Amino acid sequence: MASKLFRTIRIHPFLLCPTALFSSRNVALYCTMKSSQTQTATQEKHQPPKVKVPQHALKKTVDKITRDYEAIIGIETHVQLSTLTKAFCSCPYNYGSQPNTSICPICMGLPGALPVLNSRVIEFAVKLGLALNCKLSLNSKFDRKQYFYPDLPKGYQISQFDIPIATGGYVDLDIPLEFGGGHRKFGITRVHMEEDAGKLLHSGNGAQVDLNRAGVPLLEIVSEPDMRTGIEAAEYAAELQRVVRYLGISNGNMQEGSLRCDVNVSIRPIGQSEFGTKVEVKNLNSFSSINRAIDFEISRQAQLHSQGQGNQIVQETRLWEEGAQKTVTMRKKEGLSDYRYFPEPDLPEVILTQEYVDSVHNSLPELPEMKRRRYENMGLSMQDVLFLANDMNVAEYFDATLSSGADLKLAANWIMGDIAAYMKNEKLSINEIKLTPQELGELIASIKGGTISGKIGKEILFELLAKGGTVKGLIEEKDLVQINDPVEIGKMIDKVISENPKQLEQYRGGKTKLQGFFAGQVMKLSKGKANPGLLNKILLEKLNAKS
Amino acid sequence: MLSTIQPPRYLSRFPLRRRTKCRSLHILSSAEPLTKTSLTDQSQILSIRELLLSRQLSAVELTHSYLDRLKQTEPHIKCFLHVSDSGKVLKQAQEIDDKIKRNEEVGPLAGVPVAIKDNICTADMPSTGGSHILEGYRPPFDATSVKRLKDLGAIVVGKTNLDEFGMGSTTEASAFKVTANPWDLSRVPGGSSGGSAASVSARQCAVSLGSDTGGSVRQPASFCGVVGLKPTYGRVSRFGLMAYASSLDVIGCFGSTVADTGILLHAISGHDSLDATSSKREVPDFTTQFTSASSLKSRPLEGLRVGLIRETVDAGVDSGVKSTIQGAAAHLEQLGCILKEVSLPSFSLGLPAYYILASSESSSNLSRYDGVRYGNQASSDELNALYEESRAKGFGSEVKMRILMGTYALSAGYYDAYYKRAQQVRTIIRKSFKAALVENDILISPAAPSAAYKIGEKKNDPLAMYAGDIMTVNVNLAGLPALVLPCGFVEGGAVGLPVGLQMIGAAFDEEKLLKVGHIFEQTLQGYNFIPPLISNGAFA
Repeated sequence: MASKLFRTIRIHPFLLCPTALFSSRNVALYCTMKSSQTQTATQEKHQPPKVKVPQHALKKTVDKITRDYEAIIGIETHVQLSTLTKAFCSCPYNYGSQPNTSICPICMGLPGALPVLNSRVIEFAVKLGLALNCKLSLNSKFDRKQYFYPDLPKGYQISQFDIPIATGGYVDLDIPLEFGGGHRKFGITRVHMEEDAGKLLHSGNGAQVDLNRAGVPLLEIVSEPDMRTGIEAAEYAAELQRVVRYLGISNGNMQEGSLRCDVNVSIRPIGQSEFGTKVEVKNLNSFSSINRAIDFEISRQAQLHSQGQGNQIVQETRLWEEGAQKTVTMRKKEGLSDYRYFPEPDLPEVILTQEYVDSVHNSLPELPEMKRRRYENMGLSMQDVLFLANDMNVAEYFDATLSSGADLKLAANWIMGDIAAYMKNEKLSINEIKLTPQELGELIASIKGGTISGKIGKEILFELLAKGGTVKGLIEEKDLVQINDPVEIGKMIDKVISENPKQLEQYRGGKTKLQGFFAGQVMKLSKGKANPGLLNKILLEKLNAKS
Repeated sequence: MLSTIQPPRYLSRFPLRRRTKCRSLHILSSAEPLTKTSLTDQSQILSIRELLLSRQLSAVELTHSYLDRLKQTEPHIKCFLHVSDSGKVLKQAQEIDDKIKRNEEVGPLAGVPVAIKDNICTADMPSTGGSHILEGYRPPFDATSVKRLKDLGAIVVGKTNLDEFGMGSTTEASAFKVTANPWDLSRVPGGSSGGSAASVSARQCAVSLGSDTGGSVRQPASFCGVVGLKPTYGRVSRFGLMAYASSLDVIGCFGSTVADTGILLHAISGHDSLDATSSKREVPDFTTQFTSASSLKSRPLEGLRVGLIRETVDAGVDSGVKSTIQGAAAHLEQLGCILKEVSLPSFSLGLPAYYILASSESSSNLSRYDGVRYGNQASSDELNALYEESRAKGFGSEVKMRILMGTYALSAGYYDAYYKRAQQVRTIIRKSFKAALVENDILISPAAPSAAYKIGEKKNDPLAMYAGDIMTVNVNLAGLPALVLPCGFVEGGAVGLPVGLQMIGAAFDEEKLLKVGHIFEQTLQGYNFIPPLISNGAFA
């Protein structure tokens, strides 16, 4: 279904050497900048795999095999919501706190304790449902999903079964140019609310249970099986991360487990309409591991097929091993597990009014897709668009710079160039730098208007980034106004020429490269303030005049 | 006769005094227009308050009298799984006395001794739910209802026996002990709140809390000759009540008079931010309507439409019970009520629907008792074995049976045939009750098909025991309030056995039930519902 929606031709339908491909521009793919949130999953660096990349020849044959198959990929994503308190009790949740320090009778499942829904969970679910273009269920409910595990205090998880809060949406995204580019639209089957379980900590004297995370609200997002490559799957996950961050409903951090993706992969010969046997892959802690795990899985399944061992692809859960760069069997499914779902009697039905939904809809921020289309329409290149819209804070900074009157292209270049580099070096987010968008606009205008030179602009940029202050103040304080007076520049040129008779002689003898030397000397004399265009023009005139 | 009780020292003053001297097995007498006028006849809570505030009695004296009687009677009746430390209890009483001495405000339940069913959490004492799996478990919090009682000055005297997690109708399914019926020690007190009912009947406390999932307050009230009130679902917070079947469970009240259960209900009613199913409806002050019977008009219930549910006086109901209920109906008519028989064709569907829904929910609610975080844990190296052994050893057979039934009913492939169908039946029952309560102000029925039976009689016949719940389960399925009050006796035991009349009201209309019940009680002549073993001091 989704293939009909694709606007561009896929260049590499199955990338079998993703590692090689990734080592180049991996960082640029997902996010090149640090967001305002601490420690982001998107700022991941590609870790070189510890296994050797298959030999080129072998790779080519595998490549060839996989071209005969089409992969079908669906993703289940769990997003941990950044509510102040848990879903059904008033315990706060902070990642990394001491085990069992954020628990109460309710999230411990003590006898007699009852859940009471945190209304923010509904609000966040409605936000995400709307952002993913879903249809909202005005009457939904909670159900109990029952199974025994030590990290599940009540012996059931409060979830939503047959009536999820949102269904039937889609997500739009743009594939970066280096991966073939193009627009994609992937279907969203459903979004539902549920609570997280605790964690098992294994130590020398057995397993212990940490219930800090038990009861933390999650939204589970189930995609349609619309993705065909690891890159598409990784981009889908990255887009979900952008959306939840734009909405402010989760920090979307994969390393902390705030954004967890389980992927289902199956393949079928091209042209076949039935799906093949699907395999679930877990333990994907970064976008690049999603990409690589899927591509590994596709080639594994394709090879089995091509060797006539297609029946060895069984419905199972496999684990991605980052170190070995492969998937291994975790557990085989023995039929469907029976969770004995039934409606949660401790919680009333979830009833939304259309007015409420409308009010949430009206309060939604500009979402990544809208931002990208807007930037694109403004005339920015797709590379710039993807960069700027990736992080909401960067986009907001960029927008604020533009609204202070700055030139579009220059603003983009400054932010993507020197400012991004500074942030990267200093490990700061854009909200932490001292330069305000208004001053960046002023700086751009001062250069464009000729008040200061580009070189001086760069110098004071770093001062503004680190210490703040205003462009005007710095120019005045440091007497940095550009010298645009031809007479004054002429005088300085005369002085330099007269002080360097040897070089003048050589220049006039044909060593015209020495113009650079003279220009440098004059610039030095002007303390960098001379208008470089004017300087070169007059310098050339004077050097050549007496010849 | 009361003076024969030695000690307690204070019993001559409180609270067994009754004006009418009569044998238990009297037939409804229309001869003398006797009415009950003393405050004790109307409400123990109100008379305690009057005695304390008028300083005729101190809270310490009062508490002593109850503790002494408890000490004497408990070895024979075995109502309690845990009795509060008497030092602590007396200290609380002393604090109340000090406040009264200083003319400080005391709560409306100051000094009132209450017993709490052991499936309701109490912070400072064990709460086992009658199960081995929670033996020795002490919750870190008070149930909301317990907290509210304590805040109003009530004194918790102990935790009462019950069928394990409320699953049973005799209190024999307790993991710890079998409670006796104070009217005949060879009989069951009913269940599952048997300990709470028997403790009020034996005057070991003034009032008590129970829980009612399918009749667990009303049936033992009937068996023990006390008043039992099952509130509307949502009227009282369930926070702190160990869940059996969450959509049916309510905390209910026991007292020796209607007014006492009303005052107790008022104390624990109202929305609780810790229970999402508790209602935000305002709680009317139904404590002010308990007027003395002497001030009543001759036909105080003139025009009240009472529907006797035909299906509850059909075959399968003890003939003595039937005639007692008909006597009670006649009494209501004398008070001015318009009596009519109503038929609820869906009535008999209630029992199977109830057992499917209650078992299904319980199979889920009891999953938390896995031995991992609290309670008894079997030692095992392997996870599944740990679960299996902890639960196999921790749960009794009745609980295991219901978990199995519920697990089956919720399993893939059976859900539609059992759980879903039972829910549909529940909707039909709810509608039929709603319709019947439009045409009638209240509905009446027996609270149980028979009076208290012998200990062990139905222990090995669960179907017969389940069938005994036919009178009460529909009310839980419909979520309605119901009041059970003693209305007469049938033959049995040495002195006869009490029979309870069930009055069912519209949702959240406890006020009407209490008003009608109070008038019925205050005008009912010729009965004494204090067990002779207690009033004649047989255990002294």
